[in-house]
Amino acid sequence: MRVTVIDYKAGNLTSVLKSLHHLGAETIVTDGDLALVEAAECIVLPGVGHFQATERLDNTGLTGAIRATIAKGVPFLGICVGMQWLYNGSSEAPEQPGLGHFTDSCARFPEGSDKVPHVGWNSLEVRPNSRLLAGVEPGEYVYFTHSYKAPVTADTAANTFYIESFAAAVERDNVMGVQFHPEKSGATGLKILKNFLGLKQERI
Amino acid sequence: MITKRIIACLDCHGGRVVKGVQFVDIIDAGDPAQLAARHAREGADEIVLLDITATHEGRATLLDTVRRTARELFVPFCVGGGIRSADDAAQVFEAGADKVSVNSAALKNPQLIDDIGRSFGAQAVVCAIDARRDPDAADPVRDAQVYVQGGRKLAGRRVVEWAREAEQRGAGEILLTSMNSDGMRNGFDCELTACVSEAVSIPVIASGGAGTVPHFVDVFGRGKADAALAASIFHFGVSSARSLKEELAKAGVSVRLPC
Repeated sequence: MRVTVIDYKAGNLTSVLKSLHHLGAETIVTDGDLALVEAAECIVLPGVGHFQATERLDNTGLTGAIRATIAKGVPFLGICVGMQWLYNGSSEAPEQPGLGHFTDSCARFPEGSDKVPHVGWNSLEVRPNSRLLAGVEPGEYVYFTHSYKAPVTADTAANTFYIESFAAAVERDNVMGVQFHPEKSGATGLKILKNFLGLKQERI
Repeated sequence: MITKRIIACLDCHGGRVVKGVQFVDIIDAGDPAQLAARHAREGADEIVLLDITATHEGRATLLDTVRRTARELFVPFCVGGGIRSADDAAQVFEAGADKVSVNSAALKNPQLIDDIGRSFGAQAVVCAIDARRDPDAADPVRDAQVYVQGGRKLAGRRVVEWAREAEQRGAGEILLTSMNSDGMRNGFDCELTACVSEAVSIPVIASGGAGTVPHFVDVFGRGKADAALAASIFHFGVSSARSLKEELAKAGVSVRLPC
């Protein structure tokens, strides 16, 4: 499997690339080659940091290329801010639109007695029939580090509780996202990435 | 439910893990890559590698060590020691670290925290603080002082105030080492840890003084720590993170198990 990894210059790709290589995948990194995106077998959009950084996807034309490619059924996985980008937007950068593949927007955890950001290992409640999370048992732990999150909806593949219940993973057909870092989530994370690498392009 | 993290710390010198008391009687404790992999396999939630020499000449060795250690490590990996610029940080990230910890250099140039945070995100910046209670102050805990140069020199900052500034500048976590407790195995400084943890909204990692399971129970409870770091108790097979976490679970602490 050859994975096209999108680099939008927000943070560090090394860990994501390393985990994909560990699973036997080849990777191609691009920060703006639209032809590479359009020819992708599958796409991973990592991301840490601020939602505003996704502006670069619009400026380079990657947003349009990704939209067209996922419309052909090419598997897509967004990680952390990469997942949040699949929604309409985020209150972290209200002027910056997301892809809008999933309606709803991301918002900051409410202030209260618990700390924001949510940092650490937390458990997943996986919904049945998720292809991305196949084989993940109830209560398996994954590593999170974020202050903004997506709401639980019909497309939620797993939810996690911190202050309130939020979408830890989202999945509809070939388009998937995880709020946690599978590349940093031990054996559970590798299992999830392996599931993703096993997906094939399907016309939808 | 969010769990309390157990972090294994590897002090490195010249590409080897070392263990000593107050930097004397240093003993070789093994290969960092092998030890990190073992700790991860045995249930550590995160690995911290600290370059205790952190000399200019040692940079190449450190980067090589980070690269080798990161290769087969799939839990969060933080590297500290001698990171003086955003470029230093970039090299360490490129070698495979997920976070860097900054200490003396950030006290000298607090803008360093902003710089690394802006390029790599707050989650990638850990502000390490070496703290000592101020016995002459009216409130030795609240007025605890920051030390630099391996605890030898006063930085002229109060711990709580520096932790708040680091948070405002974009640090994602505080690694708080109690110089009073470090290496003593008599327990963490729970009062100081709680004081800092209540002053900031980012996670606080408690360090210094781990010796027994009740010490960890105490720092997660009374100390309000989000994570605890230990080095010596994991070396030479004294205890594994997994057995520690099993004991913590029995004591009612939420931990990642099975792991």
